[in-house]
Amino acid sequence: MRNRRGFFALPYVVWMALFVVAPIILVVVYAFSAAEGGFVIQFGSLTLHLTLDNFAKMGDYLIVFTRSFELAIIATLLCLLIGYPLAYVLARETAGVQRVAMMLIMLPMWMNFLLRTYSWMSILEDTGLLNQLFSAVGIIDLGNWINSGLNSLCAALNSGPVALLNDLLGTQWALDTARATDMEFFHMINTSGAVVLGMVYNYLPFMVLPIYSVIVKLDDSLIEAARDLGAGTSRVFRKVIFPLSLPGVLSGITMVFVPSVSTFAISKLLGGSNELLLGDLIEMQFTGMAYNPYLGSAIALVMMVIVVVCMAIMNRFGEGEEQAVML
Amino acid sequence: MKKTFSLLLALSMVLGFTLTGCSGGGSGRVVNVCGWGENIDPDLIDQFEEETGITVNYSEAESNESMYSLIKQGGTDYDVIVPSDYMIAQMIAEDMLAELNFDNIPNYSLIDDQYKNLTYDPENKYSVPYTWGTLGIIYNSAKIDEEIDSWSVLFDPQYAGQVGMIGNPRDAIGVALMYLGYSINTTNEAEIQEAYELLSEAKANGVYQGFFMDQLYDKMEGGETAICVYYAGDFLSMYANNNDLRYVVPKEGSNWFVDAMCVLKDAEHKEEAEEWINFICKTESSLANMDFIWYASPNAEALEQYPAYYAENYGEELAPELYEVMAAPADVLANCEAYLALPSDIQTLYSDLWIQLGIEG
Repeated sequence: MRNRRGFFALPYVVWMALFVVAPIILVVVYAFSAAEGGFVIQFGSLTLHLTLDNFAKMGDYLIVFTRSFELAIIATLLCLLIGYPLAYVLARETAGVQRVAMMLIMLPMWMNFLLRTYSWMSILEDTGLLNQLFSAVGIIDLGNWINSGLNSLCAALNSGPVALLNDLLGTQWALDTARATDMEFFHMINTSGAVVLGMVYNYLPFMVLPIYSVIVKLDDSLIEAARDLGAGTSRVFRKVIFPLSLPGVLSGITMVFVPSVSTFAISKLLGGSNELLLGDLIEMQFTGMAYNPYLGSAIALVMMVIVVVCMAIMNRFGEGEEQAVML
Repeated sequence: MKKTFSLLLALSMVLGFTLTGCSGGGSGRVVNVCGWGENIDPDLIDQFEEETGITVNYSEAESNESMYSLIKQGGTDYDVIVPSDYMIAQMIAEDMLAELNFDNIPNYSLIDDQYKNLTYDPENKYSVPYTWGTLGIIYNSAKIDEEIDSWSVLFDPQYAGQVGMIGNPRDAIGVALMYLGYSINTTNEAEIQEAYELLSEAKANGVYQGFFMDQLYDKMEGGETAICVYYAGDFLSMYANNNDLRYVVPKEGSNWFVDAMCVLKDAEHKEEAEEWINFICKTESSLANMDFIWYASPNAEALEQYPAYYAENYGEELAPELYEVMAAPADVLANCEAYLALPSDIQTLYSDLWIQLGIEG
């Protein structure tokens, strides 16, 4: 009986073997080899040059690793902050509202990812749609006005209390009085903020959907029981709803974090390639000037290992929570 | 029994993939062509298919380097590829290209002698020129008051936040080398290092908005970027949408490039490939193609006839200065240098420096 059922899983097993396991093995083999030199192993016509050199280079790229993880973590947190309340409110709405809202969340995903990101480029540019809107409704003038106000306030403080403090403590403090007051636009494009925005925009549905699907299936009787026992709204949320929705949160975090940490299209289009991310670095090894799939695979492998370790730690933490609730 | 079935299933899946990968369309004669995006008039493909009954599968590559790595990885079935000069030299050196049978390409005689036997293929055995052009500075005359004539503007803090630097290492380091007065093919590591430092300093000074390739179409046409480095043919496409744009080949000289059609050594459809190359070399094809992609053809007749062709098609004269951008005159070309294949250690140096430039936030 067991075998019979296993048979239905076969197409997927074959699929996994061909397109998941085999590529990973290739990545590992490439990561530990080089075009020449190293420890030579011969398999028939296939020659491998095993070496650890690729990993020795990893130190040079440390900052790329930290930068990519930093941006991905910020994007994931923002997705969680925006996505959780949205999913929570949605799950409590009527079926009709839920259906329409789900449509609206999924709708952008019907359009190609690159096109969507490209449109954000036109939206965020100095001469882009958003800045045109801002200047039309006077937000940029408002910004200039606030800045000049802040400047005069700081100047007043500098000559008054700050000067007094400096005299007392022998320090050289001064508040910034040189905020721009002649802005014609807000500079947004080609910054890491724009990259994070691109990540949040593109991957937000991956946060909302799993959380929503967990919360919508929550057994109402648990919530009623908590209320019967005297728990207030915030306590019900903290002690019942949030812990029970953790599996959704965890899969949401995974689904946002992993593509964010490895993206290269977003940093190219919205970041102007000013700050290299891991995805760019890996892509460059394959399509850049020095074709070096060995180093590219090694970077990809290190990234994969870090991501897997992070996820494992987080899931363990999540499991504990879940059990605590069960008890 | 079960085992046989699963084996069959696996086999059929694998076969399914390989078959769809290869056949491409119908059982007739086929030629697989790989060129740049937007770099051919699609009508030519239809016309060729109609005339010869050969099905053309046209794929696009993003850059010389990505085309090279695609082929190197295997799994492509290209017959004709259209790389640039220095990449052709590298591919010849690595024995990746087939010698052409010029008896099958009689229209080769229409190609101007100026574009034959160039350094990348000195005996002209492997390639037939497709287009040529120059690299230069494109700027928006509505935003920049002075008349630009030097690469210096790309490193000048005066233009902070207005420059879109080109997004590939060969061209970016190349323009820095030219500004410093060095050869773009230098293998002197100190010179390349100096060029890198120039770029790095300009980046630190905030001169660059970013490092762009095809995003520049939008950014230049919309006025977002005031100055950029790009190719002559693409300038003409941008100019069609924004008449304030100007193109200049700086006084320090520039890169002069030729993209040429080659046949891969393991091509399965060599005869069809040569038929395709011959078709593209025809004067009529070259004219139509030039009109579509705005890159100059090496076909002497076509290049000469283009202004007349333009006047006939659009009912107005082609501005001589635009024609000069497309077909750079001899005195401009004399000041330009072609890219040569760089030795692999220099390529690695370029690549490392390029990554370094991206790491500096």
